[in-house]
Parts: sequence; C-alpha cells; structure tokens
Amino acid sequence: MSEQTATAEGTAPVPTEPESHLEHLSMQQALNRALAESLAENSKTLIFGEDVGRLGGVFRITDGLQQRFGADRVFDTPLAESGILGMSVGLAMAGFHPIPEVQFDGFAYPAVNQIICQIGRMNYRSRGTLPMPITLRVPSFGGIRAPEHHGESLESLFAHVPGLKVVSPSDPHQAYHLLKHAAQRPDPVIFMEPKARYWQKGQVDTADGGTLEGARVARSGRHVTLIAWGAMVARCLQVAELAAEDGIDVEVLDLRWLKPIDAAALALSVSKTRRAVVVHEAPRTSGLGAEIAALVTEQCFNVLKAPVERVTGFDVPYPSGDLEDEYVPNIDRILFGIQRVLEHRRG
Amino acid sequence: MNSTPTPPEEELTELYRLLVTVRQLDIAAVRWQRQGIIPGYAPLLGQEAAQVGSGYAVDTALDFVFPTYREMGVARAMKVDMVQYMATHKATWHGGLYDPAATHLAPIQAVVAGSVLHAVGWAHGQTLSQHERKPGTGSPVALTYFGDGASSQGDVHEAMNFAAVMKAPVIFFVQNNGWAISVPTAAQVAGGTVAARAAGYGMPSLTVDGNDVVAVLAATRQAIEHCRAGHGPMLIEANTYRLGPHSTSDDPGRYRSLADEQVARSLDPVLRCADLLRVEYGTQAAFFEAVQADVEAETERVREGLEALEPRPGADMFKYVFQEKTPALELQEAAWRGESEHV
Repeated sequence: MSEQTATAEGTAPVPTEPESHLEHLSMQQALNRALAESLAENSKTLIFGEDVGRLGGVFRITDGLQQRFGADRVFDTPLAESGILGMSVGLAMAGFHPIPEVQFDGFAYPAVNQIICQIGRMNYRSRGTLPMPITLRVPSFGGIRAPEHHGESLESLFAHVPGLKVVSPSDPHQAYHLLKHAAQRPDPVIFMEPKARYWQKGQVDTADGGTLEGARVARSGRHVTLIAWGAMVARCLQVAELAAEDGIDVEVLDLRWLKPIDAAALALSVSKTRRAVVVHEAPRTSGLGAEIAALVTEQCFNVLKAPVERVTGFDVPYPSGDLEDEYVPNIDRILFGIQRVLEHRRG
Repeated sequence: MNSTPTPPEEELTELYRLLVTVRQLDIAAVRWQRQGIIPGYAPLLGQEAAQVGSGYAVDTALDFVFPTYREMGVARAMKVDMVQYMATHKATWHGGLYDPAATHLAPIQAVVAGSVLHAVGWAHGQTLSQHERKPGTGSPVALTYFGDGASSQGDVHEAMNFAAVMKAPVIFFVQNNGWAISVPTAAQVAGGTVAARAAGYGMPSLTVDGNDVVAVLAATRQAIEHCRAGHGPMLIEANTYRLGPHSTSDDPGRYRSLADEQVARSLDPVLRCADLLRVEYGTQAAFFEAVQADVEAETERVREGLEALEPRPGADMFKYVFQEKTPALELQEAAWRGESEHV
C-alpha cells in the first residue's frame, strides 16, 4: 500500500469554504468522499468488490480510492458475490471493517446465503464475540433503463432478516453522513444507494449531519404524510409541491432506516396529519409498506381518517426500461394515493 | 504401514491419547443421545485420525480453524473445553459455548461449506496485516474443514479461486469420508477426488491416508509450512470412512451394507496407532490401560458437565442479535418478559 498517501489522508479534508462547510456535490461525489474519509479515519476499513479498484466501480463511487489508499485497502475481487460476502465475514473475524460492494442489487441474490446465514448470524452464533462490522453497499432500485436484475428493491428481503440493518439515503447530504455513520457501526448494515439519484447535486454540510438514527421530516405538512425512502423521497417532494397548488399540505417523511424502522417518527407525523401514504418501488405484496401500515395502524388507529394507502411497484418482475415508468410509482399514482386517503369516508 | 517417519515417542503417545479420547467421547455422545442427555449428535467414528492429526498440527495462538458440525476431534486436539463444545449438541446454543476469539476455533457451522469462504477472508486479513508482525515472522494460517459432499457447493469453488488469486494462507482440509449422508463419493465427486481440482487453481495438494494419524499430521504440518512461508493456499484430501451414521437421526442400513462397514472397520485409525506404538516403541499393556482409565474419567466429567448445563436465559435470544440493539428488539424483549412465566 502507499503509506505516504494514506498518511496524507489522515486528516479530514479541508472544506472549500472553511467558514460554511457547505458543498454542492452529487450523491456519487458525496459517497466517494464518505468512503475516502472512512478509509482515512480507520486503518482497518477495507473496500473491495467487482471493479472497485482500478476502474473505480461501474458507478465510479470508489473512483480514485485505490490510487490514494493503495491496493491493500481498496481491491478488486474475482467476480463472485458469495465469495465477496463470505470473505467479508472472515475479514471481520480478523478485526477488519469491510465495506464490500455488490455491483448491482440483483447480484446480491447469489450472495444471499452468506448475507443471511452468516453475516446476519455470526454475532449471535458467537454470543457477541465475533461482531460483523460490515457495510454492504448495494446500488439499488430502478430508474436507469438497465438490463434485467439491475433494478431490484431488496429492502423487505433484508429487513426481514434478523441481525441485519438496512438504510437508504435520499440525497447527497444524507448519503455522505449515513455512509460514514454506517461504516462506524459494529453491526452489519445493508446500504442501499438509489442509483437513479447518483448524479443529482445537492447541498452537503460536511460538518453537521444532525441525528443519523431514525427517520427525518423532509418536508413539513398538515394534511397527509407521504412515507418514502431512497429515490422516492425526491419524487414525493415533487408531489408535495404540486399538491400545495391545490391547497393540500403534504408532509414527507424520509424513513432512511428500513431496519430498524423509526416507529416513533411514524406515530408523530401521522398523529398530526391523520393520513398516511407509503410509497415504494418494491412489489406490493409483503413489501415494507405492509410493515409500515401495521406500525402506523398500531400506533395511530384512533386518529386515522383513512386506511394507510400504499403506492408501490406491482407484483411483477422489474420490467424492461420501456415499461419502467409504468412500474415505478410516478407523480400521478402518488397523487391518486393522496386523493384516496383525503376522500375516504368511514362507512 | 506408511512412508512418513514415525514421530518421537512422546508425540505419538499424545496422538494416541487424543485418538482414544475422541473415540470414547464420540461413542459416549451417541449413547448420551439415546439416553436423552442430548437431543442429537453427528458422529465422527472412523475419522479420528483425520481430525486429531490435523487439529494437533495447529498453533492455537496463531492460526484459526473453521469447522463444520462434525469436528469434535479437531476441537479436542485444540484443547477446546468439551462441555462448551458439546453444548451445541445439547441444543444449548447453536455455535457452542466456547469463545471462538479465545480458542481460535470458529463457531460450529451447520451450513455445508458455509465457513470455507470465511477462512479465505480471515487468511487474506493476515496478509493485509503482515506489516504489523515482526519481520521474519511467518503468516498465521487458516485451516478450513469440509467434506466430499460439501465439495459440490459453489462456495468451495469460489473460496479456492479467491484464495489462489490472492495467495491467501489457507489450508482446505477435505475429509473424504465416503458418504454425504446417503450419497457415496462416486455419485458426488466427478473425477473421483477433490484433490485433483487443486491443480485447476494452480494450488498444490496432498492426498493422504486419513486413517493414519502420523501421515495426516505430517501432511498438515507440510501445508502449514507452505502457507506460513507465503506460498499461498494448499489442499489436503484425507481419505477416511464415516463408520457411524450421518447423525443420530440417520439409518445407514438404508444405503450401505454391513459388509461395507466391516471392510472399513479393518482400517481402524485408533488400533493402527496402538500397533505403531507397540512396534516402534514397545509400548506395554499398562500404558494402554492407563490411557483407557484416564479417558473414561474424562468422558464421565464431560457427561456430568453436560447434565449440569442449564439452558441459557431467554434474554440471550435478544442479547446477541446485534452489538447495538434496535428499539424494536427492545420492545419485543419487554413484551416477551411481560408475557412469560419463565423470567
């Protein structure tokens, strides 16, 4: 490894405007920054996967990291996802903090045995003596007209597994802070990056990430709560602007953590708005929307004006690019969802 | 008997002692299952030499071992507490109660071939932390066990390929015991041997008589030396025979004959070691009787320990899921406490 560059990275990067800590970054840049700082701050942090080294990853999230930190810290593996994740277990047992990448969501399926049976259980099996501080980065969800198996939404699969935590950022600021936070956790975290949002820029305050546990209110409103994560948060914010023109005041709750789900934040928001619409790209049946609907109903049954509405993908394999816009919840479908909860009348 | 030089008397005596201990514990464990002391067990009868010979070669301060669910002999050779090990078979805790970090024996693994990749990761980690060791110090070595059945799993291929590409200090130790539950090696392993596959990964391999504890020990030491020196992974295939059932729920009478088993019994690894002691060192009956008495006493202590082993507190279910427990899990634990009579 290149010792001298690693040492140079030992201090936090100097902000472009020292007095403000505010930067205009794409999510790709924010994630790259978070990974660089994670490598600099912890000598046990490793990044590996398919094409993450010389190429910098197919989405360039690890761009330049191998040059800066050396091929011991950032390296390419053979093309086998079970191998990547199984190897992560052994590296964690040896005291490392792996941040492996699975190149696309659908490529996590060949590694499911290692993720579920090993990463999710080793801390338990070993009675806490072999923690698994693994952050698995997965470019996730649809929206980029990609081939089959490149647009999957795996959150309910992984959220269902004991021993795993699941998080998804919605914008560059969240991405920067949540990834750094996840990489410091002693437990395995599935980090689902909304690949459709990699290139949109946003303001990142590198000095202040605020609280990084639980959900966050992305937009405050009084009439209805939209609950979303990943790429759907930006879409819900668009919907909120449009609804405002009709006098509907929409609150957007960016769930961020899909395991553990911030049940208290759901209760707080829906107790105020008394109406909830969950929006997700994943298929509807047994999707996370069902869990969220149950949590909202358990906590807010007496104040709810309407059943919790779900605007989701359909129970079909993720379609080809031509049909993608028919599948992923769009503005119209979300507006219809809002309309249904607003117009609901108790029988 | 074999071309391997006979070890010094002290070492051969120790190997014999371990073989008899493991044999006795194994037979006793089946008995304990029949008596209702433990609900199930995976016997290793016939594989004592493969396990003792390899486990004995390990430096437990340095190396790390990745077992399956049938490596009691390895664990005993590594001096792991047998009550804590057997706790998995008493259904006390899946991974056993021994501390993997302290013993350097990974938790008992129920997924066939599940931990082979872990060994590769751990071994590569040793390469990455080479700079933290004193110059001239050899690499710690990962020793991973699997069987002829597990060799069919894709993870084994991925593990061997990763290890060879990364030159990771891993020993792939195959106990070819002839049977994957009911399926014989001929119907499991194309080409007839797992060792032959090593060449495809550019990795050296050794095929060894798995019923010869001296040969297994020598082969394992050779592989450890190879890995320590930084020459990358190595494969050992130890040919042996699972004389007992796959588990205490299995009935080998449905898939193999008593005649087959009788042939295999003639290769008994424990008797062979005893013969070697007599021939090479003129060991007398008094020694064998003393070993037998010691081993019976140890077996009795393990039985007493197992019988005294209480169930873990139910709170342990919640305690070890995460290092940082989630609010949802805390709520579930509180609900369980509130609704349970056992707390």
